[in-house]
Amino acid sequence: MRFMDEYRDAGAARRYAEAIARAVTRPWTIMEVCGGQTHAIVRFGLDRLLPPDVTLVHGPGCPVCVTPVEYIDKAIEIASLPQVVFCSFGDMLRVPGTSGSLLSAKAAGADVRIVYSPLDALALARANPAKEVVFFAVGFETTAPANAMAAYRAKREGLQNFSMLVSHVLVPPALEAILTGPENGIQGILAAGHVCTIMGFEEYEPIARRHSVPIVVTGFEPLDILQGVYMCVRQLESGQAEVENQYSRSVRREGNRPAQEIIGEVFRVIRRRWRGIGEIPQSGLGLSEAYAGFDAERRFGAVAPADEASSECMSGLVLKGLKKPSDCPHFGRRCTPEHPLGATMVSSEGACAAYYRYRKAETAPSGEPMRSNCKNEV
Amino acid sequence: MESKTFALACPAPLPEEETVQLAHGGGGRMMHQLIERLFLEAFHHDALGGRHDGAVLDLDGGRLAFTTDSYVVRPIFFPGGDIGTLAVNGTVNDLAMCGARPLYLSAGFILEEGLPMESLRRVVASMRQAAEAAGVRLVTGDTKVVDKGKGDQVFINTAGIGRIDSGVEIHPRRVRPGDRVLVSGDIARHGMAVMAVREGLGFESAIESDCAPLARPVLALLDSGIDVHCLRDLTRGGLASALVEIAESSGLGIAVEESAIPVRHDVRAACELLGFDPIYVASEGRFVAFVPPSQVDKALAAITEHSGGAEARVIGEVTAEPPAVVTMASLIGGKRVVDMLSGEQLPRIC
Repeated sequence: MRFMDEYRDAGAARRYAEAIARAVTRPWTIMEVCGGQTHAIVRFGLDRLLPPDVTLVHGPGCPVCVTPVEYIDKAIEIASLPQVVFCSFGDMLRVPGTSGSLLSAKAAGADVRIVYSPLDALALARANPAKEVVFFAVGFETTAPANAMAAYRAKREGLQNFSMLVSHVLVPPALEAILTGPENGIQGILAAGHVCTIMGFEEYEPIARRHSVPIVVTGFEPLDILQGVYMCVRQLESGQAEVENQYSRSVRREGNRPAQEIIGEVFRVIRRRWRGIGEIPQSGLGLSEAYAGFDAERRFGAVAPADEASSECMSGLVLKGLKKPSDCPHFGRRCTPEHPLGATMVSSEGACAAYYRYRKAETAPSGEPMRSNCKNEV
Repeated sequence: MESKTFALACPAPLPEEETVQLAHGGGGRMMHQLIERLFLEAFHHDALGGRHDGAVLDLDGGRLAFTTDSYVVRPIFFPGGDIGTLAVNGTVNDLAMCGARPLYLSAGFILEEGLPMESLRRVVASMRQAAEAAGVRLVTGDTKVVDKGKGDQVFINTAGIGRIDSGVEIHPRRVRPGDRVLVSGDIARHGMAVMAVREGLGFESAIESDCAPLARPVLALLDSGIDVHCLRDLTRGGLASALVEIAESSGLGIAVEESAIPVRHDVRAACELLGFDPIYVASEGRFVAFVPPSQVDKALAAITEHSGGAEARVIGEVTAEPPAVVTMASLIGGKRVVDMLSGEQLPRIC
């Protein structure tokens, strides 16, 4: 398929891996920020093409994983109200809250709908004037413009029965937090191509300078990632720390200005808690005063900050690139996608889920083999 | 070590499900666990011991295959078929996967009050057509009507019986290292066709379901003297689940090549868009066959000739090691494990 096959060419991948191996003279640790990149790395086995001196660690860029537990709880609480139609992107549904998930709320009778765009939620609000339609607005800068557009249109149309539960997060403050962390060992960064398509990469330049880390804006296909690693390694080897753009077929330095404008109109920057990581100042988006009327927290009560009791789950360390999923003693044993201890095992973009799905047999003892060879017949 | 604003913490675990979830019917891990732990536990029986797409029953020296399936699909009409076509072909295909010649079907209808009679007529006409095409006869049935809102237009259950010729022995326990894995055509079309209509996804070209009866290609395989070791049709859970089921019940490894798996261009594009992996998306007219390496060419020709346009391909082979695991060589050359999904595939955020 065009625009896909050419970025998955085995010969070109091998040549990139060889070029990286030639360029490397000592060990380097590079973090890929986005869960989509993590997924591609594990799915295609890209890390195994790299020389042993290059270590890829997985970053915090999984929107499902970092949405705080109290927002999941609030979502379930709102969704369970009889007059509410609760709309969410699909992969939020399985994420565990304090007790249960949106999926189990749905099974218990809540009207929870999967939507593909926030504008679908808007259409539901128009079609069901007697219902309160609530959209779960989560994600990084990538989903922010479309979510902003939903609120913008709702305001212009005067839709009274639409609101959003907002838990948006921003990449650069999280990178700052990780790079200033006391245990940080990250020397280079592959920034998330889709986020930068919206925001551009000017805001990464001071981060690269301040922390002396090269940052390469990188795409999501196998060759994108290998080229990103190559560009990053070349900078590291030559002592540079600049922002480079591998994903130039999508990203411009200034980003997408109209998208930024709608984000600026509808949202304002606020502090946010990140699940597994903690509170980071100026790291999220909330609705601006002009759009506060569409804030589900105003209609259904504010989200109370929950005390995330520390548990056996170490997803915080995974999200900060300090541990790999397979380092966890519970991985594949007590913690599986059916019974996750943390959100990184749930989301399709979570690092633990990617390791489980593609490497389970190597990284954990397989459970009791299932004897069934039946489909659904009994 | 950690500053207070940057404390490590993580969420509470998800408890065991207290209610039935959609994923319990999704064809993945959760459904298999439900079957293992509840149904098989309750209905333990010898005929159940050789679990398959259907039961194989000895009757006065002859062998019958017996199977049942219920059909719930929204929308009931979709490009390439409808719930009636599915209800006949699905059960015919389960019989075919036992190596049986499908003979008779029953049909039970659960109709929702208010269903337009015209819709029901169309569904029944599709069933008649599909039955004629598959060479089966619908010989008994039942009709119930439920209050409006208590059903979703129409649910259909069909059960079927078929005769198994002597000498035919199709079962995961017959799979051997070295067997080649054949797929009967391009995968994942049905799932994406239904999804596109249901979710109102405006793809440029309409993807039509691959729904089709599989008895003909299967019987062609058997009649041409190929020693078919195992068959499995690709329904919910897709190619991945079918292969994992067979690997786990045979105790052998299955190594497949991602680049060899046929996926139509528009289906692949739709999957990419939604973040789906086509190996987990349902087909309704495709199967995998495990055959000895010496008979591969003959098998490919037999399937392709009787599949109405679909082209069969070799996608992998059976290995002794690693036991009970499906591995896939990625397009890039890396290797990964293929597992069943725990629930259904959910479209990702971005």
